[in-house]
Amino acid sequence: MNAFSKLMSGAALGLSVALTAMPGWAETPANMLVIATRIDDITSLDPAQSFEFSGGDVIRNLYGKLVNFDPLNLEAGFQPDLAESWEVSEDGRTITFTMREGVNFESGNPVTAEDAAFSLRRAVKLNLNPSFILTQFGLTADNVDEMIRVEDGKLKLTTDKAYATSFVLNCLTANIGSIVDMQTVMANEQNGDMGNAWLSTHSAGSGAYRLVSWKPNESVTLAANPDFHEGAPAMERVVVRHVQESATQRLLLERGDIDIARNLNPEDIAGVSGRDGVKIQEELKGYLMYFSLNQKVPELAKPEVRQAFKYMVDYEGMANSFLKGQYTVQQNFLPRSYLGSVDENPFSLDIEKAKALLAEAGVEGLELEIGVREVQDRMEIAQSLQNTFAQAGVKLNITVGTGAQILGRYRARELDVYLGTWGPDYPDPQTNASTFAWNADNSDEAQLTGVLAWRNSWDAAGLTEKVDAAVVENDTETRAQMYRDIQAEFRETSPFAIMFQNIEQSAMSENVANFTTGQAIMDAAYWEVTK
Amino acid sequence: MADRKTEGRPRALFPRWLLRSGVTVGSIAVTMLGLLFVTFMIGRVMPVDPVLAIVGDRASAEVYQQVYERLGLDRPLIVQFAIYLGDVVRGDFGMSILTARPVAEDIARVFPATLELATLGTVIGVAFGVPLGVVAAVRRGSWIDQIARVVALVGYSMPIFWLGLMGLLIFYGILGWVGGPGRVSIFYADMVPPVTGMILVDSALDGNWTVFRDALSHIVLPAALLGYYSLAYISRMTRSFMLEQLSAEYVTTARVKGMSEWAVIWGHAFRNIRVQLITVVALSYAGLLEGSVLTEIIFSWPGIGSYITTALLSADMNAVLGGTVVVGLVFVLLNVASDLLYKFLDPRAK
Repeated sequence: MNAFSKLMSGAALGLSVALTAMPGWAETPANMLVIATRIDDITSLDPAQSFEFSGGDVIRNLYGKLVNFDPLNLEAGFQPDLAESWEVSEDGRTITFTMREGVNFESGNPVTAEDAAFSLRRAVKLNLNPSFILTQFGLTADNVDEMIRVEDGKLKLTTDKAYATSFVLNCLTANIGSIVDMQTVMANEQNGDMGNAWLSTHSAGSGAYRLVSWKPNESVTLAANPDFHEGAPAMERVVVRHVQESATQRLLLERGDIDIARNLNPEDIAGVSGRDGVKIQEELKGYLMYFSLNQKVPELAKPEVRQAFKYMVDYEGMANSFLKGQYTVQQNFLPRSYLGSVDENPFSLDIEKAKALLAEAGVEGLELEIGVREVQDRMEIAQSLQNTFAQAGVKLNITVGTGAQILGRYRARELDVYLGTWGPDYPDPQTNASTFAWNADNSDEAQLTGVLAWRNSWDAAGLTEKVDAAVVENDTETRAQMYRDIQAEFRETSPFAIMFQNIEQSAMSENVANFTTGQAIMDAAYWEVTK
Repeated sequence: MADRKTEGRPRALFPRWLLRSGVTVGSIAVTMLGLLFVTFMIGRVMPVDPVLAIVGDRASAEVYQQVYERLGLDRPLIVQFAIYLGDVVRGDFGMSILTARPVAEDIARVFPATLELATLGTVIGVAFGVPLGVVAAVRRGSWIDQIARVVALVGYSMPIFWLGLMGLLIFYGILGWVGGPGRVSIFYADMVPPVTGMILVDSALDGNWTVFRDALSHIVLPAALLGYYSLAYISRMTRSFMLEQLSAEYVTTARVKGMSEWAVIWGHAFRNIRVQLITVVALSYAGLLEGSVLTEIIFSWPGIGSYITTALLSADMNAVLGGTVVVGLVFVLLNVASDLLYKFLDPRAK
């Protein structure tokens, strides 16, 4: 028998053995949580850099923060986490945090105020995507070493103004407030990057889990931290698998190979609903779907026209047909469950009223271009708008492009109408108020490209000052009322027609309990999950 | 002083084989340079903004400008290309925006997954497609020829997306005969040390037959699907090549001489189509090595096809360029390999 024949017969034998002895498929182990979702948006797992949804879900489970939200009681607001308590100075500019004793990082190093100071300073100095959440308090690379300091084992954070304490602490619950292990991170520094490259693919936290591996577009694996200060998580291992297709996620769930499917489309949700052993969990998320009118177009700058467009939208029709289960009507810039959020949705489809408003403004034969990303639900919404706008005599030309194409034109103030989504950056009302209802300088030269009001060339008509006042109001109830008032005015006068708030439907095995995607405010948390 | 005539023919400056190899390598280099240039330029004139891909939607104008300059986008295009070329020659394809890793490292991870799948798919395609094509040609017009035609027609016309999902539903969802999406069950992930990146090979090298069986149960369905598509192409081409040979006079002569039908078909006719067949198989293999994006998506297979597609949609141009260069290189190398095989199989080509 020559070598080739041996090889061939060996292969044939191997194949026949394999085919007759395929492994059996049991349910996932009791101490392991397997989630199918899309994780191709993760670009880094460094909390000072990550600003994507999937990355946020991972980071939330890896790191402790000074203050944090309880995943099972988000309504309670921020709670002590690595900081046991805090005090605010008389001038309202300095918060002093007392650290919790006896908490260690995954390396075994104790969590200290020095680590907390290092982490916040590092995020400011690196100046990456989410850094604005901290720099909005007047922190810069030059002053941060003075503004954030350690005295008597306590962390002192000083801001440039006396902001509402709730605002500052809410911002510290964002992932950029994650406390990293200074020694480990700096031991892995390359070319003065403060460990950024290393931390993009590793973890150095004190959270409920540590990162075992992140394989891009494939999986993220987490292992439980048995010494987690809130108690060892029941799920000792969490595997988040990248599964692009809804139908594939559904099959995996039905075969018991995963516990949770997070991206089922409405058809697959309907398909698994009512099946034995599967349940559907709905959570309101922070994403808002809106369209906005560029105020550089003279006709769109008229108050009656701005209002007319809000009566040209079939809110209920869309929410009850192709958006069913994915979006609910919301006409205010704060997602429900945020401080100061409201439920008033006064607009509905009323073509006659829209026509009357247009006539009042002396506008007719209007033809506009709307920019839309090539995403199914947005294109369907654009088509619905095209249809209802036409009924009111407005011709809408739809331009479909990639995210980068459409966003590029939106940021350059080139689109007549933009249709898209907006998600809050941190769990405080200021996050949306400061972009929808605030514009400090409406000139082209100002280039406030991150501000939605600026992108639509809208000067925010007096709301800027009200937003600035709300962010320094220390009485929480008064502050909430201020946001309600701002939104009431915004609804009527702004060039934004906010239409819907996103709902996330997760399908999961019936035995999975206490799983949350974090609702509108937070990211997913795995440490309370049981099976 | 020796008579020049006694020395025979003057010796060439370089031996012929060296010259030929030089020409081959030179043509590969020129092809790759052209490919790089075209891909680079397309990447730069595409209406997507690589800066936005990095800084995100909400970055300020200053952050945007910093990254714009850091990426060297403020320099002339030709200078950008020269810098990129210099890096590529050193094996540095840059960093991927999407994965925060060097593109070369990403490709080393995703390409073996595609290689494994494409190779098995091609083996299946050849193993079934060639005999089917030969039999269809020999029994032209018979029921087996009709079946071969239908099989090929379905293979050509059925959307792979639908067929893949149906395959998953039936063989994984209902019957449970094969493993689900992914390269290996999560319980076996990372259990064998990566040597080649191909799990079947690595688990065999490691002697871990449990992982081998699990990986095989996962790859068998997508490989069969890809195999089916190459089978459709290979069987039709084999049939047409064989028909041409079977109508040739030398076949009639062989039959008249009383040779067995087996010897006529396989010993004479088939021998003569091997060279053409190699081109067909190489093309089919190269097509699969590009990465079958839809198959990779349905089966959650982390291969080069979905890597390049995701990168393209996210304006991650380093990853797109790196991936394209690798795919281009694969095409060129397969071309060279089939040229070498021609010489081996066809004495006239020597």
